[in-house]
Amino acid sequence: MESPQNGKIRDIERLKEIARNIRITILEMLTNAGSGHTGGSLSAVDVCVGIYFSKMNFRPHDPLWEDRDRFILSKGHAAPLLYAIMAEAGYFPKETINTLRKINSPLQGHPCCKSLPGVEVSTGSLGQGLSVANGMALGLRLDNKPARVYCVMGDGEIQEGQIWEAAMTSAHYKLDNLCAVVDNNGLQIDGRVEEVMSIYPISEKWRAFGWHTIEIDGHDMEQILNALDEAETVKGRPTVIIAKTIKGKGVSIFENKVEYHGVAPTREEFERALKELQNG
Amino acid sequence: MGDSAKETVNQKETDKKQPRATRDAYGDALLELGRRRDDIVVLDADLSCSTKTAKFAKEFPERFFNMGIAEQDMIGTAAGLALTGKIPFASTFAVFETGRAWDQIRLTVCYSNTNVKLVATHGGITVGEDGASHQALEDIALMRALPNMTVIVPADAKETESVIYSIVEHRGPVYVRLGRAKVPYVMPDDYEFKLGKGYVFHIGKDVNIIATGIMVGIALEASRMLEDEGIDAGVINISTIKPLDEETVISAAKASGFIITAEEHSIIGGLGSAVCECLSERHPVPVKRIGINDSFGCSGSASELLKFHGLTPENIVNTAKAFINSS
Repeated sequence: MESPQNGKIRDIERLKEIARNIRITILEMLTNAGSGHTGGSLSAVDVCVGIYFSKMNFRPHDPLWEDRDRFILSKGHAAPLLYAIMAEAGYFPKETINTLRKINSPLQGHPCCKSLPGVEVSTGSLGQGLSVANGMALGLRLDNKPARVYCVMGDGEIQEGQIWEAAMTSAHYKLDNLCAVVDNNGLQIDGRVEEVMSIYPISEKWRAFGWHTIEIDGHDMEQILNALDEAETVKGRPTVIIAKTIKGKGVSIFENKVEYHGVAPTREEFERALKELQNG
Repeated sequence: MGDSAKETVNQKETDKKQPRATRDAYGDALLELGRRRDDIVVLDADLSCSTKTAKFAKEFPERFFNMGIAEQDMIGTAAGLALTGKIPFASTFAVFETGRAWDQIRLTVCYSNTNVKLVATHGGITVGEDGASHQALEDIALMRALPNMTVIVPADAKETESVIYSIVEHRGPVYVRLGRAKVPYVMPDDYEFKLGKGYVFHIGKDVNIIATGIMVGIALEASRMLEDEGIDAGVINISTIKPLDEETVISAAKASGFIITAEEHSIIGGLGSAVCECLSERHPVPVKRIGINDSFGCSGSASELLKFHGLTPENIVNTAKAFINSS
């Protein structure tokens, strides 16, 4: 079996299997923690698995290796997703996941770069990751490094004004070593995104800001890999992948349910979810 | 020595006689740093001609990033650059840097503990005619409350230069507050800034004035006036407000039993508060805080505004005498 650590898996079935394992780990973490963000962690699994395991160069045992690709989870509330991926990739022992949200744990409720090496920057206050990604892309370019920067945002998150300040910056400085993702699951805490504060049309906005845009089904691994490949070929401007996703994807009782934005599964729900994922 | 080097020295000697804005000293020091080290990068939010980062921008355009009028994005970008090993200096007016982008500073600079140097100009009331919207009177309080942050307010152009060279050697977030207006040279010729160390001009036995920024010069004048009236008033420059040089503050309190603080900032949360926090726990003595008395500024010339808000030698003298006569 291919080891996920090498970060270069192109086998779709293998990536799907990793994604299924990541979903199980996320639910296990959240259930043990008793709180956390279920829906938005599950919606972005497939895209993030695609980025980490088919594209990124990284060294789990040398997390600050200077030629590594960078990944920023701007939607920091999906921390369980990032931790599940990092555990899978070998950044820390699997059993650490059971410390999520507990005192003295490196797995803080939202990602903290000082407590968990491999987290590139602390996030949690929405709207800030893309600016940091720009800074990294500029710094890497100044040093003539070929490394790339990935930044995953929520769709509700792009209501933050700073995202659009940053979107201008990425295009102004022609950051083609940057690939952003909008996890378009359509829901935020208070309801449907278009009802709370519409962000639509999404792609047109990014194009107007000077970005190359790619729209995909964010749960189709083949489309994900193709989009990530395409992003690497685009020169002179940044690329954003608008990934249409389902909040809570993979577990029918959580899918498209606003109420599972910030609620962890009960033990009973976890058992049901586990069966569904194992059989799926 | 080349002609240009001679010119620089002569320029400095000429400048030394004349008051100079701390922001001008920053622009020159930053340029010199840029020549010495290629890991220095500079960001500005459309105010490079006012913050004086334009000098660096002209010589090192590839290492200068104008972020437009977008302070929040500027701070995040600076954090990203720091995370790739650069030493970013991010500059704009103090009110926008610390107020508009406070949450960005909190999350991506302080919580992430990135090596970002925030050097803001136009701190305080001496911004003058632009009025309250542009006069940062709360910036020290905002920055002092953040874990991992170092807060520095230089007293003159010479100290500013020393501060800028010094903070590059300190790994971690730093906030430096500079001014718009020209200020006289007050620090001695052989002075060198040491992070976290106050500078004692002299310790008085009747009162000690602990001052920061432009108030250091004003405190020295007050001290001379008090001396004429037979009152021994010491003066201490606390340029590093955080971490506070507690030992120097306490030794001043022990010597006089009465402290006056003086700052071009709100009396809430700045130097006066820092000194009171230290003394109330470790060596309680009466403290009078001179600063902006919980109000916004307004338009006017810098000197008129200083008088209006009581940031004058006369007010320090009267405050000292009132206390001494009543005790």
